[in-house]
Amino acid sequence: MQPWPWYVSGALIALIMFIMLFFGKSFGFSSNLRTLCTMCGADKYAPFFQFDWKTQSWNLFFLIGAGLGGYLAANFLSPQDYTVAISESTIADLGALGFSAPEGFVPASQFGSEAMGETKNIIILALGGLMVGFGARYAGGCTSGHAISGISNLQPASLLAVVGFFIGGLLMTHVLFPLIY
Amino acid sequence: MKNIKFLIAGTLFGIIMFKSEAASWYRIQEMFRFQSIHMFGIIGLAVGIGIPMVALIKKTKMKDFTGGPIVFHPKAWSIPRYLIGGTIFGLGWALSGACPGPIVVNFGAGFVGYLVVLAFALLGTFTYGLVRNKLPH
Repeated sequence: MQPWPWYVSGALIALIMFIMLFFGKSFGFSSNLRTLCTMCGADKYAPFFQFDWKTQSWNLFFLIGAGLGGYLAANFLSPQDYTVAISESTIADLGALGFSAPEGFVPASQFGSEAMGETKNIIILALGGLMVGFGARYAGGCTSGHAISGISNLQPASLLAVVGFFIGGLLMTHVLFPLIY
Repeated sequence: MKNIKFLIAGTLFGIIMFKSEAASWYRIQEMFRFQSIHMFGIIGLAVGIGIPMVALIKKTKMKDFTGGPIVFHPKAWSIPRYLIGGTIFGLGWALSGACPGPIVVNFGAGFVGYLVVLAFALLGTFTYGLVRNKLPH
């Protein structure tokens, strides 16, 4: 199966939001990280984690589904030698930073098993994860909770959060990437 | 099992994130370089449908599947919280090439590096919980 065009994907994401609202919940992924912290015993260290995590178990099922969906899509719904067809200009920009032309879904040099022994790469992955986890909770949501759900509800706070997402993303891509790679 | 429906919705979400390539590090780079409509089209259309959808749910007082009201919980306004928190999130989004949903989708797809990203995202959330009283909100 070929990748789906943006107009199919965008409509389906709106459908996911509707399904979650119809099920009496909301579409927001990153609160799962807080729930997982509580399950791991974080409630002993900070009041932020003191809540009954079982009330959020529905969202953990959504999280498990997301992983399962990734597994199914990668293994059964995509061609073997599948490569993401990004624009020529992005390939050129990434090439100037030392990235080879796309092979597969994500760069194997960063996310493949062969890259797990490289210290610099692990530091990059660790810092990326730390900022995603810290920033999502500080901002009270991530792409699903703010950019999709929050803006659909016309919340000014969510619009500001998305402005922040882009300030950070542009800073990383255009200022920090040339220093890192 | 009342949670099975969320497992199915999540599975559908994971397939969409992969098949739309919204979970691809390459697409996130392309987005932050403004070199394709792809990601903007996805998010823009989702919101373009989402805004009238939410308005219609409110106007018609639509009920959820149990017959209860569909309620929205808008976030209280603040500048530092969303601007600083959002910026930190954006730095991480571009560096790891994935926001929280796609981190899990990528791990499911077999890219082990995202297990490292996920572990540190949990550590980041934990760190926020420890220091949140000292941060401007």
